[in-house]
Amino acid sequence: MTEAVRRTLPVIVVVVGLLVVWYAAAILGDLPQARDLATPGAAPTTLVRMALALERPLVPAPHQVAAALIAGLVQPLNSPRSLIYHAAVTASSAIVGFALAFVLGIALAIGIVNVRIFDRSIMPWIIASQTVPALAVAPMVVVVLGNAGLTGLVPKALIAAWLSFFPIVTSMVAGLRSPERIQLDLLRTYSAGGWDVFARLRWPASMAFLFPGMKIAASLAVVGAIVAELPTGAQAGLGARLLGASYYGQTLQLWAALAMASLLAVAAVAAADAARAVLVRARGGRL
Amino acid sequence: MTDPPALAPVAVVAKGLSLTFGSGAEATRALEGVDLTILRGEFVSLIGPSGCGKTTLLRAIADLERPTGGTLLVNGMTAELARKQRAYGYVFQAPALYPWRNVERNVMLPLEIMGVPRAERRDLARRNLQLVGLTEVARRFPWQLSGGMQQRVSIARALSFSPSLLLMDEPFGALDEITRDGLNLHLHELWRSTGMTIVFVTHSIPEAVYLSTRIVVMSPQPGRIVDVIDCDLDPQRPLEIRDTAAFSAIGSRVRRALHSGASHD
Amino acid sequence: MRAAAAPIAFGLIVLALWQALCMAFHVPRILLPAPSAITAAFAQNIPMLWADFVQTVVRSMLPGFAIGSTAGFLVALLVDASPFLRRGVLPVASLTGALPIVGIAPIMVMWFGFDWQSKAAVAAVMTFFPMLISTVAGLEAAGAMERDLLRSYTATGQQTLEKLRLPAALPFVFNALKLNTTLALIGAIVAEFFGTPIVGMGFRISTEAARLDLDVVWAEVLVAAITGSVLFFGIARLERTVTFWRPAFQFSTEKDMH
Repeated sequence: MTEAVRRTLPVIVVVVGLLVVWYAAAILGDLPQARDLATPGAAPTTLVRMALALERPLVPAPHQVAAALIAGLVQPLNSPRSLIYHAAVTASSAIVGFALAFVLGIALAIGIVNVRIFDRSIMPWIIASQTVPALAVAPMVVVVLGNAGLTGLVPKALIAAWLSFFPIVTSMVAGLRSPERIQLDLLRTYSAGGWDVFARLRWPASMAFLFPGMKIAASLAVVGAIVAELPTGAQAGLGARLLGASYYGQTLQLWAALAMASLLAVAAVAAADAARAVLVRARGGRL
Repeated sequence: MTDPPALAPVAVVAKGLSLTFGSGAEATRALEGVDLTILRGEFVSLIGPSGCGKTTLLRAIADLERPTGGTLLVNGMTAELARKQRAYGYVFQAPALYPWRNVERNVMLPLEIMGVPRAERRDLARRNLQLVGLTEVARRFPWQLSGGMQQRVSIARALSFSPSLLLMDEPFGALDEITRDGLNLHLHELWRSTGMTIVFVTHSIPEAVYLSTRIVVMSPQPGRIVDVIDCDLDPQRPLEIRDTAAFSAIGSRVRRALHSGASHD
Repeated sequence: MRAAAAPIAFGLIVLALWQALCMAFHVPRILLPAPSAITAAFAQNIPMLWADFVQTVVRSMLPGFAIGSTAGFLVALLVDASPFLRRGVLPVASLTGALPIVGIAPIMVMWFGFDWQSKAAVAAVMTFFPMLISTVAGLEAAGAMERDLLRSYTATGQQTLEKLRLPAALPFVFNALKLNTTLALIGAIVAEFFGTPIVGMGFRISTEAARLDLDVVWAEVLVAAITGSVLFFGIARLERTVTFWRPAFQFSTEKDMH
């Protein structure tokens, strides 16, 4: 079989398998409720059909989630039920946060690699900062900034930035330090100055590490933006929608919002991957 | 290629050169009391077993290592100054090409650093790729080439700024014998046509005898010169010369010197 | 120890500056509490902090971490048996791992109730994928040469698994375990943002933040940070003992080249 088939067929099989399991779980999970609602003595097929069409199912079936997702997508954009609107709100925080983390992360990485003291004193703290669950700090950041008059995009972007900052810094530092001794010696034989070593060796070498790191950072930025919407009873954004739907017991809208959030994360990672693909093409096929 | 400006007839002079790594109980005497003079236009091989200091000596000439004793002059000045004046090209054991640059841009790397204008850079790169016979792959990337071709690119790169001195550290060690033969012939012809001074580190006796005008035999612990053997074969050296009696005789002398160096331990 | 001097010094300087700035400018506590206030809040609230710790870490995070990591490991062993399965599961697992899994918290609450079970479920799902992916990658890590050697001894699949592939997979497994300590903790805490009984670190953080009792929030964050660090380093220690043979643990850390 061709390479493409070899790679996609197993995935299709697994996905189909998972859908089957999902349907089975939906039937099992919702049968009790269906039985309660149905007339006694109803045929099993009727029960199954009802189980898969409940308004507030315990386990929504795939087609129900898809329907709710589509319903959310076709809403007018200014409606609080529009998933596109909420996704756009979340996405804007995520994008700003990612951009912030990108710029700061690269700058910090360059500092760490070039300035010894920076490396010794700051790098351990950057690593340690990862043990502070950034998402746990989210409520505080939102509240504090809210008191300082900064609401809306800024606190959410900051939290998204904090989350995506780490993979960018660590991958950039690893990349800047990746050149082998032999490549550095080569530049020494040309009596190359610090700028040449940086611009012609370390920076290009770091790209191979940065771009994969960006994929992780992109998905984390989305997660950060969503969680940042939770603490303050925000009205807009996918996180707020998740929270709202869970408060009001709107199961299908909850799952649809989660599906939308997943799509947003996939889009973010795909964008980072597209950037990587551009670089690979410029480098003749390999990073 | 233009002739280098008037240079001293002596390319490299080492007197009592010593280099010790580490200190105290863990000190390694990589080089001790090395005296060597290399004249311009010579092809000098450094040969010896592992740890004999041949690579260390080459790296000291290149100012990639600092001697701890004795003197070392390259082109009549300190090794550091010579390096700053870009007096030599260096070829490592591995090609050390940058994978994000194609072949042509790899060859242009030293020229970019030296501030050579773009048109001239491209011209020099093309000429040197032609010298090593790799014009067709100028746009390819290093990982698309075989090991032998990559090494040839690294030689072209080393030659691109026309240094008068070429330092080579077992450049063909990782390649198979057949490729190696071809590269030996190639290097020999390159040397004859450019008149460069070449210092060449190798493990291989036939390679040393084939390429050199002089062979410096070294031995380890501490790293020192055991013998210097003149290699006065015909300057025109087809590969078949390796089957002649004169060739074998020199090879035997080298072998004996190597064994005598080893037996001193 | 000398390597720790610089970061510790840096940290102490930051703490000192923080304290000084707060005192000098009378920074309001609702904006940024001074380290002294945080320490005081910490000392005064130990029973509450302890109760929250037990709820979130002991009852939610640890079981979730254990279940998710074990499940991921076992499924990886299953998947490993079939190259076809591996080619199918790995891309799907990688994709799912990039999704905001934390968002399933409300669904878990719907299924398992408000208490620790739903938080543990979130932690379990979050830790499942990294473990699955890492273990599958680790089982592939044993080199072709080493496998051929065992084949020449006519070793069975089971023996090859035990004697070669599992030990070779350990570094990957430990990597995932270390990552999972962070993920499980985050999962347990954030899941509490979606609703929980009146105890738990996530609960405390969100309610106290809303009440602007920031020193208590910082105290909880401090507990979270310490917990995360202790667990991480505990696993790192265990890793060092179990996989002592790794080159990374044999040579001292490489100094920068430049």
